[in-house]
Amino acid sequence: MSTIAALTKPQILNLYRQYIRTAKDFTSYNFREYFLRKARRDFRLYKDQIKTEEDALAKFNMIREELAILKRQSIISEMYTFDKLVVEPIKTPK
Amino acid sequence: MLRHTTTRLLNNISTRNAINRTTIAAALRVIPTRKSLATSATKSKAKHDEDIDDFKLVVHTSADSKPAASKKTAADASSPGSNALKYAYQERSGFGTRPIYLDVQATTPTDPRVLDQMLKFFTGLYGNPHSNTHSYGWETNNEIEKARENVAKVIGANPKEIIFTSGATESNNMALKGVARFYKKTKNHIITTRTEHKCVLEAARAMKNEGYDITFLNVNEQGLIDLKELEKAIRPETCLVSVMAVNNEIGVMQPIKEIGSICRKHKVFFHTDAAQAYGKIPLDVNEMNIDLMSVSSHKIYGPKGVGAIYVRRRPRVRLEPIISGGGQERGLRSGTLSPPLVCGFGEAARLVREEYEADSEHIKKLSKKLTDGLLSIEQTTLNGSPIHHFPGCVNISFAYVEGESLLMALRDIALSSGSACTSASLEPSYVLHALGKDDALAHSSIRFGIGRFTTEEEIDYVIKAIKERVEFLRELSPLWEMVKEGIDLNSIEWSGH
Ligand SMILES: Cc1ncc(COP(=O)(O)O)c(C=O)c1O
Repeated sequence: MSTIAALTKPQILNLYRQYIRTAKDFTSYNFREYFLRKARRDFRLYKDQIKTEEDALAKFNMIREELAILKRQSIISEMYTFDKLVVEPIKTPK
Repeated sequence: MLRHTTTRLLNNISTRNAINRTTIAAALRVIPTRKSLATSATKSKAKHDEDIDDFKLVVHTSADSKPAASKKTAADASSPGSNALKYAYQERSGFGTRPIYLDVQATTPTDPRVLDQMLKFFTGLYGNPHSNTHSYGWETNNEIEKARENVAKVIGANPKEIIFTSGATESNNMALKGVARFYKKTKNHIITTRTEHKCVLEAARAMKNEGYDITFLNVNEQGLIDLKELEKAIRPETCLVSVMAVNNEIGVMQPIKEIGSICRKHKVFFHTDAAQAYGKIPLDVNEMNIDLMSVSSHKIYGPKGVGAIYVRRRPRVRLEPIISGGGQERGLRSGTLSPPLVCGFGEAARLVREEYEADSEHIKKLSKKLTDGLLSIEQTTLNGSPIHHFPGCVNISFAYVEGESLLMALRDIALSSGSACTSASLEPSYVLHALGKDDALAHSSIRFGIGRFTTEEEIDYVIKAIKERVEFLRELSPLWEMVKEGIDLNSIEWSGH
């Protein structure tokens, strides 16, 4: 167990980066913004909420599972897209 | 296969000018193949992103899906209001065109995590959850029971007390009609309130036709019922009290716990329509002595077309089923359950518990910002109690502005006027009437719904847009001019009326 339990800082940062990158792939403005907000909150609370190595691992795995869901769903969101919202700037192709 | 269909589509829509053939042809070339999707999954897709962007030209938001109402206003464009409408149509260049969604009391967007749970029932887990002779049935049934547990946990219920239905409308009908009919030999009286959702009011009216006596409790100007009046209304023949937890138009929260203890004291069943409350405010069926509760999935980021009714087992609540058949759901609601819908609902319920604190905090913050921003416009009022109030539903009256014109002028924000469920009619809201608001004020009310996916940027946009357009519409109003000059409108005798 000790090898898994000792989560390293780079491991956590890597998960965080992947989560953010995946959240940004959502074509829906509201979902994208929500998961970005959630990522910031989850990782901000990460340190405070966690007391034991078990907690840390459980939380890590929970986020990792959610990341897998987001990966699938962001692809679906790319297949079914809609017009951009009135608050969203339209990117002009460079 | 996909290409074939698209080619056919191409031929069919050649007459439409919104999307031209060349765009379609271009889009046809970028239909993602399994390989390209896999690439996108592995994120080596800088170029691929652009391809996918083109893909959206083929489908989904159709450019001419404007509602009939907009055609009407276009025809009206010769009237003096046309300036306001032209102003309303003005689009910010460089930005999208799809409106901001602020109507979460009508329905909420489906959370992607919910959809992820649902998909497997369309791709492989297709067994009938009631088939108990083979593994196809068992595996689906397992998922259904997990969902039932998640739905029950939100309100502190036992999973056995949850009956899945098609939504809160069905649950409300079941509660009112089912309980009343079961106890009809000894009891014939139902108590409810004037501000309930249409489906409770109509179900009560239907029971009136069946010979039951109905008491509709009044509410005060805050939208709250009087507990003493409720207690006085209870008779020996009363079988059911039905009071909603959170009002769908004004967000007022009734004192559910107090009502529960009154009902328990008089041994009357207590039903609450919690469609707008479930997962959003703390609810506990035991602590609050609730005997029946209606909930709906699509108000908590789940799929539409599914909901549940909580039916207490101890002391047991008996009700006559409305739908007879194979005896599913403890015989109270026959018919094969829809596993994707039920499990989507279950996941939505799980999430609503997990995200409770974050969602509440977010909604509260945005609600405060919106309310402060809008109430800083002169002659505006918040409808309903500001204290016993769910912050995600903000109902505001803009005096001297007609609600419907304001909605027309706010085409970039999806909102609903006070008269929520009958948005096509010009009838002012019966809920606001029940609060004692006059027709004019009821007509000038708008409901703003804030949810999990609303952003601060959207709220800022909305505050600015409403400020500008209320001001603009008031400039056009002769009444407003008189108010500005200090004329008391009530002192004027209107003639020719
Ligand atoms: C308070 C209330 N009750 C019942 C309903 C109806 O719910 P459903 O759409 O699930 O039938 C709604 C939604 O419109 C509601 O707000």
